[in-house]
Amino acid sequence: MKKLPISELNAFFARVAADQKLYLPVEQAGQVDFGCWTEDATVRLDALKTVKSAKGAFFPQVEDMLRFHTQGKNIDIQPTELMNEKFVIFGVRACDARAFELLDRVFMSEPQDPFYAARREHGTVVTLACGEPEASCFCTNFDIDPADPAGDVTAWLVGENYVLRANTEKGEALIADLADSDDDVSAKQAEIRAIAEKLPFANLNLNGFDGEHLMERFSDPKWAELSRACLGCGTCTFVCPTCQCYDIRDYDTGHGVQRYRCWDSCMYSDFTLMAHGTNRPTQVERFRQRFMHKLVYFPSNNEGIYGCVGCGRCVDKCPQSLNIVKVIKALGVKADD
Amino acid sequence: MQGMILDRVRALMSEGVATRVLGWETGEFPYDRTPKFFNESNLENLKYDSFCGCNLSKYLVNESEKVIALVKPCDSYSLTQLCTEHRVKRENVYALGVACRGKIDVNKIAALGIKGITDVEEDGDTLTVHTLYGDKQVARKDVLLNKCMSCKGKEHKNVDEVIGESEDTSSVERFDMVAELEAMTPDQRFAFWRNELSKCIRCNACRNVCPACTCVKCVFDNPNTGVQNKAAADDFEENMFHIIRAFHVAGRCTDCGECSRVCPQGIPLHLLNRKFIKDIDELYGDYVAGDEADQRHPLINFTKTDCEPSIVHQRGGDKG
Repeated sequence: MKKLPISELNAFFARVAADQKLYLPVEQAGQVDFGCWTEDATVRLDALKTVKSAKGAFFPQVEDMLRFHTQGKNIDIQPTELMNEKFVIFGVRACDARAFELLDRVFMSEPQDPFYAARREHGTVVTLACGEPEASCFCTNFDIDPADPAGDVTAWLVGENYVLRANTEKGEALIADLADSDDDVSAKQAEIRAIAEKLPFANLNLNGFDGEHLMERFSDPKWAELSRACLGCGTCTFVCPTCQCYDIRDYDTGHGVQRYRCWDSCMYSDFTLMAHGTNRPTQVERFRQRFMHKLVYFPSNNEGIYGCVGCGRCVDKCPQSLNIVKVIKALGVKADD
Repeated sequence: MQGMILDRVRALMSEGVATRVLGWETGEFPYDRTPKFFNESNLENLKYDSFCGCNLSKYLVNESEKVIALVKPCDSYSLTQLCTEHRVKRENVYALGVACRGKIDVNKIAALGIKGITDVEEDGDTLTVHTLYGDKQVARKDVLLNKCMSCKGKEHKNVDEVIGESEDTSSVERFDMVAELEAMTPDQRFAFWRNELSKCIRCNACRNVCPACTCVKCVFDNPNTGVQNKAAADDFEENMFHIIRAFHVAGRCTDCGECSRVCPQGIPLHLLNRKFIKDIDELYGDYVAGDEADQRHPLINFTKTDCEPSIVHQRGGDKG
């Protein structure tokens, strides 16, 4: 274990940022999101949930993939260089850290996504235990421990000090120069777990959300009513740490094409639009797709692991207060059914 | 109020006025409310309280059967405007005006540093906020939605009847912030908007919730337009999107404030629309969209006293 007094936090950040990019929760115009550390940045490690999750560090909202440049009859093709510099993302919460593991299952399985893989290789993740979980948090339903998040380094705020534990070699290298600590974090952990147990959504019934019951869940007549108020905006998908769908598009540069990919939302009418049209013509099908993916398709393809980490951002941010918790409660089946 | 509304809705249903009612549904927390079409069988889930801030009017677009719609005073402007634009058939709506004394913004309670909010109890002008970390008290007027702080007044427009007595909850002058922005230098103003708009994640919530945005297919969703915009080509494109949208709804925006309410990044988008409203008032005389049915707004209604296009030069450019 290592120790970092709050008073020395900024000096530590400056040392880290001297030779690599450092991303952490930063406030801009009243909102907190992961941003690049600078001396002037308003760092907000106290903010439990950034508006967007931490996934952008490895899977940015927009990234270039390829450039075609035409000159006469020649087409020059230049692939975008992969991430080749180390960086640190500090202050990731347990839910977002678990989300990286889910994204790994998607992007790191064969054929591996080189853009994502390069970022994963060069990134060091420092997680932060959740001192004060929010009412909308429900990570414990997915066997996530907000008192002991994963990552290369795990940090706890105990009194006036951050206590840090390296979990990997990358993590050890990052905090090697900090003072050793014999602080015990178990009391802090017990405190966090006690709060987590009392959260309003601590005990959701996920019975019946699996591949075996796929058609029952898919055909449930309640989807129409559940989705009725959905605006078809992309808020839930864009703040979600596990939504990983993207679109690949070509931008006409005038002398060629810039091929890029960007986050897409299954809530949008043009999502996976093809020549024959779309197989999800109304918001009912689009809404169903999002939750079926997280609660049924993903676990049935991934040893029962759900595609939701219970961060609760959709609970907080949906303009009309629709969310995955309401879906689970409405469609769930009792254990003896 | 809740009981009075339910009684009246049941009476209207039994009179055969309509079989459905558009209202707000109870949620997981006492402060999350979802728009819903109720029928007789699930009316018990209808809730009307201080958290029913969202404007239901747009849900009436494309409704072909008669529905009883619960309408707050400010929502009634949106409904009237939608009828004026022939996007809602007035004869398909029984507009039941419900009294309003301002709606509470749970995000504002959280912004006071109050965490883990599980319940909010009202006692007159004081709110007791129950949280995972103990109870807190806040003044109701400090946590009203922005739109309620510049309330449109307690009068319902163009409704069939009204239940209860509303309050005007205005506490700030509606155009104060716009005037503040106008007083800035162009560089300061540019910096303000860049700081705000660069937070945009382009989720389109502002557009999709907007009662003035009822195009069947938005130009930005249409792959055939060449301007479909899933990703920005440069860091000004999202900014442009919001400016273009404000232009598109100019003269029709009733200042219902939904754009700012739903923005996950807390961008004060309503200020763009308010700037247009203020300009319209100054250039063409006071005008309130949705105030009366079948109005022609000044931007589509030529009169000989209209200002000349040179007004742009006189008021704009380097002069800020």
